Amino acid sequence: MHDLIRRYGATLTGMFILLTAFWLLALIILPNFALFEQSFRPWLPALEVGGPRDVYSFDNYRGFFDQAMATTIFGIPVTISTHLLAFLDTVFYSVVVTAICLALTYPLAYYLAKIASPQSLPTILLLLFIPLWVSEALRAFAWYILLTFNGPLNQLLVGVGAVERGIRWQQGVWTDYDAIVVVLIYCYVLFMLLPVYTAIQSLDTNQIEASEDLGAPWWKTHLRVVLPHAKPGIASGCVMVFMLSAGSLLVPTVVGSTSAIWFPQSIFTQFNDAQNWPKGAAFSMIFLLLCIVFVFAVMRLFRVKLSDIAK
Amino acid sequence: MTPRRAFLGHFYMVLFLIYLMVPLLIMAGAAFNDSRLPTVVPWQGFTWRWFDALFADERMWNALVNSILVALAVVALAVPIGTAAAIVINSVSGRVRATLYGFMVAPILAPGLVIGISTVLFWNSLGDTIGAGGFFLFNPGLHLSTFGQVSFIAAYVMLLVLARLQSFDQGLEEAALDLGARHGQVLRRILLPHLYPAIAAGAAIAFFQSIENFNVTLFTRGTQDTLTVYVFSQVRAGITPTINALALMLMLFTVVCALVYETRRRRRARIVQAREDEARRAEEAMLAGG
Repeated sequence: MHDLIRRYGATLTGMFILLTAFWLLALIILPNFALFEQSFRPWLPALEVGGPRDVYSFDNYRGFFDQAMATTIFGIPVTISTHLLAFLDTVFYSVVVTAICLALTYPLAYYLAKIASPQSLPTILLLLFIPLWVSEALRAFAWYILLTFNGPLNQLLVGVGAVERGIRWQQGVWTDYDAIVVVLIYCYVLFMLLPVYTAIQSLDTNQIEASEDLGAPWWKTHLRVVLPHAKPGIASGCVMVFMLSAGSLLVPTVVGSTSAIWFPQSIFTQFNDAQNWPKGAAFSMIFLLLCIVFVFAVMRLFRVKLSDIAK
Repeated sequence: MTPRRAFLGHFYMVLFLIYLMVPLLIMAGAAFNDSRLPTVVPWQGFTWRWFDALFADERMWNALVNSILVALAVVALAVPIGTAAAIVINSVSGRVRATLYGFMVAPILAPGLVIGISTVLFWNSLGDTIGAGGFFLFNPGLHLSTFGQVSFIAAYVMLLVLARLQSFDQGLEEAALDLGARHGQVLRRILLPHLYPAIAAGAAIAFFQSIENFNVTLFTRGTQDTLTVYVFSQVRAGITPTINALALMLMLFTVVCALVYETRRRRRARIVQAREDEARRAEEAMLAGG
């Protein structure tokens, strides 16, 4: 700190600190505190705010467990609140999306980092980046067109005789969430590819060759040499893909069926349709908690630092 | 690496690129289909009319202007904030640094809708607390979208600038101070020129992140539209291929930007190569002459 003042003087240092403080306080800490505070407040008409009924309680969090309904999870019949069910579904299918993205991109990342010729690499990366620059709304919309009942996919399948009639993809084939999972993978797969690619690229190729020369089969080379080195990249990609998937409101709304509720949709309904801000705040807090737990779980699991994940 | 496995690699890469491109191409193709629904099958003939409809759509133009205004405001705020934060965090160490760092990168990892909601709630309750509730500043609107977006976009700028600061030689500043430079001069002449590449990259990322943003904007925008929110509402409300026409234009814009970037990169690489060749030839000539 003294070093800053010595180099840039009190005025400039003051400005740096003021800007940083504005960011941390007004844009990050206080808004989250407001969210926290609001989540314990009752939902009252404007006139009663600040009145005798305006007291803190856990009612909004209790609301998360209301509206029980009967359903089955993996074939086991249970009675569970709709919100909790949406929450669990969102977590589960986001993990599925993350795992599939990792499985799809690991070979690609390895290919880009170690096999592709250096001359063609810039072109390939450019081609990969183009879909990333197309807005998420449009990428989801592209799949909406592809998956509609009279859309190209069904026409193609019927045309080649793979199915007799078109399939209602958006209603789901195996589960209610099929379409959402497929489109989430499409939208966020590159957020897995790029960090894993960057991580593998920094691995010295000699180590791979040494492993092969010493007689390790290809899978062992990957398990013992490449994967451990790529760990920070994999951790970063997993966090990004999970967060983006679990937090997506666009994709489930555009391609989701009516029977598949994504948790962000529950939150949006509280805010937009029910106008129940305190309850929406409580749901957001629960969601934020999930994300914090997930980040810490990944940090523990992969033994990486926060600075490895957020790059 | 056996040839067979290398071939599998190429094959998988091509397959993946096709997978990425086909949905976008189908979406683009549907912009020219003379059908009221956005689809490529059945093909009902070629038409330009969705582009005419798009250019006549005032809501879309309004949303586009809003998107650009918000993006410019985000750049104007996030770049100074991110740069200042990187300088501050670079000057502290230990626990303080770890804590500050944690708070600064947290918004990158937080879901967008939580950022949007908390921003609205905070400014709303701030307005109520100081007795100015209802004043436009405290209500949802594009200014709150800007604040919400800056909260996480500034973190990207901070990370870029911080990375660049690692290669900065502080001895240069010491030298300047010893030679009698004023504090402002040290910042303007020594530090900022070194940081410019990171700042420029940060500004570009901030602009595109802002244009792209949906989650934060949806909750903070009030009654205003930005381009992504407009596309979303169109898709939800049942659509005509006007959106496809818009998608095609945006994709073309992206491709043109990418091509310009790539040709410039290639030309720069060629110039560097040519210079190196020339230097080598000169050296050889000198050695031969001597």
